[in-house]
Amino acid sequence: MATDTTIISDKERWDGGTRPMGASYGKLMMWYFLLSDAFTFSAFLIAYGALRVSNPAWPVPDFVFQSLPGEIHHKPLIFVTIMTFVLLFSSYTMVRAVQEGHRENKKGITLWMVLTIIGGLGFLGCQAWEWNTLIGKEHMTVLTNPFGSHIEHGVYLEGDGHDVTEGMTFIPGDPYLIHKHDGEYHQLKYKVTEGSEKGSIKQQDFGPRAFGALFFCITGFHGFHVLSGVVFLIIILINVISGNYVKRKNGYEMVEKIGLYWHFVDLVWVFVFLVFYLI
Amino acid sequence: MAHDYETSKKLALKVISILGLITIGEVLFALFGKGHLIEGFTIPTFTIPLPFVDWGIPFNIVAIVMITMSLIKAFLIIFEFMHMKYELNGLAKSVLLPTFLLVWGVIAFLYEGNDWGNRRELINDKNKEKIEEVGFLRDYTPIDIIEEYTI
Repeated sequence: MATDTTIISDKERWDGGTRPMGASYGKLMMWYFLLSDAFTFSAFLIAYGALRVSNPAWPVPDFVFQSLPGEIHHKPLIFVTIMTFVLLFSSYTMVRAVQEGHRENKKGITLWMVLTIIGGLGFLGCQAWEWNTLIGKEHMTVLTNPFGSHIEHGVYLEGDGHDVTEGMTFIPGDPYLIHKHDGEYHQLKYKVTEGSEKGSIKQQDFGPRAFGALFFCITGFHGFHVLSGVVFLIIILINVISGNYVKRKNGYEMVEKIGLYWHFVDLVWVFVFLVFYLI
Repeated sequence: MAHDYETSKKLALKVISILGLITIGEVLFALFGKGHLIEGFTIPTFTIPLPFVDWGIPFNIVAIVMITMSLIKAFLIIFEFMHMKYELNGLAKSVLLPTFLLVWGVIAFLYEGNDWGNRRELINDKNKEKIEEVGFLRDYTPIDIIEEYTI
């Protein structure tokens, strides 16, 4: 740390014997790994954006993600906000663990790291519940997407026993879910009431197939990062408790490195939250 | 470190409070803008036309506010929580500058996606088109002539 504050010329800095970037090899490589990971996630999210703007029948997020535990429905954004706060809270506890590390306070690090692990597990639990609802109750899979939006004006000719009743009208952009009973999807029949095909009878189409694939792939990839983060946190916590890092005398730098990774996971969630749920 | 333990402790608490408040603000604004808070009220989206071309820049206030707030959150996480503020200039630049390539990525692919959408619509319209059967065959291959030769 002391070498950071002494002023050295650029030539000296790159002549060897110093850390030209002011960070240890491990920390620098963690930064570059995170940069490459940022590009991976960006590629996924950009693909999502491109496919979404290309399809007028794209499912409406406020309609897809609207359930809460305990059979509560029609409450968009609430559950995912809780998830966001769990992750933000664990990010804060990680900051505190790193700060305790700088002053070599083993008890403090242990406490805050345990809280971070609990936060990470809580987030994973929320995600498991969300996936379970989508797969188990709403029957969305990677390749079949029962969520869609109407692209024309119309009136339903039959009800589905849930939210839709016979004679209900809809306009372009109204979302729907094709329910599955006894192992079969029931695509409701409707009559078009406006436009060039006025009067013709059609049935609900399955939504864009890419939606399910992108959702499970991107949130799954993020969830996998959280899971591996929790595993690394547990390994580093064991090393902290056993006193391995005291011998290294570098201010618990390992805690700082896993801290960087953990904040990155939170950072990615900010953007997943933005493109999947908010917009 | 740039500051002592007590100050950094307070700073962390301050940053997490701001992040929490921005998140709540985002959620409330999204619900408000999309008509979930006040029945029947939504913030409309419109397109700014451009000269000389037949497309415009879509202007969606809800989306723009969401993106701005998320970028502020990202800035706070990177610069305060990940201590980018206290790293050397060289490290900060080598990590942050490459991400600006993504600006191109977002613009190019959204433009491309929009074009796929237009093409999809065009194909749908063309599929619905009814063509009157003006007999090409009947006009140019008179059946009586063919009969003359074959008989």
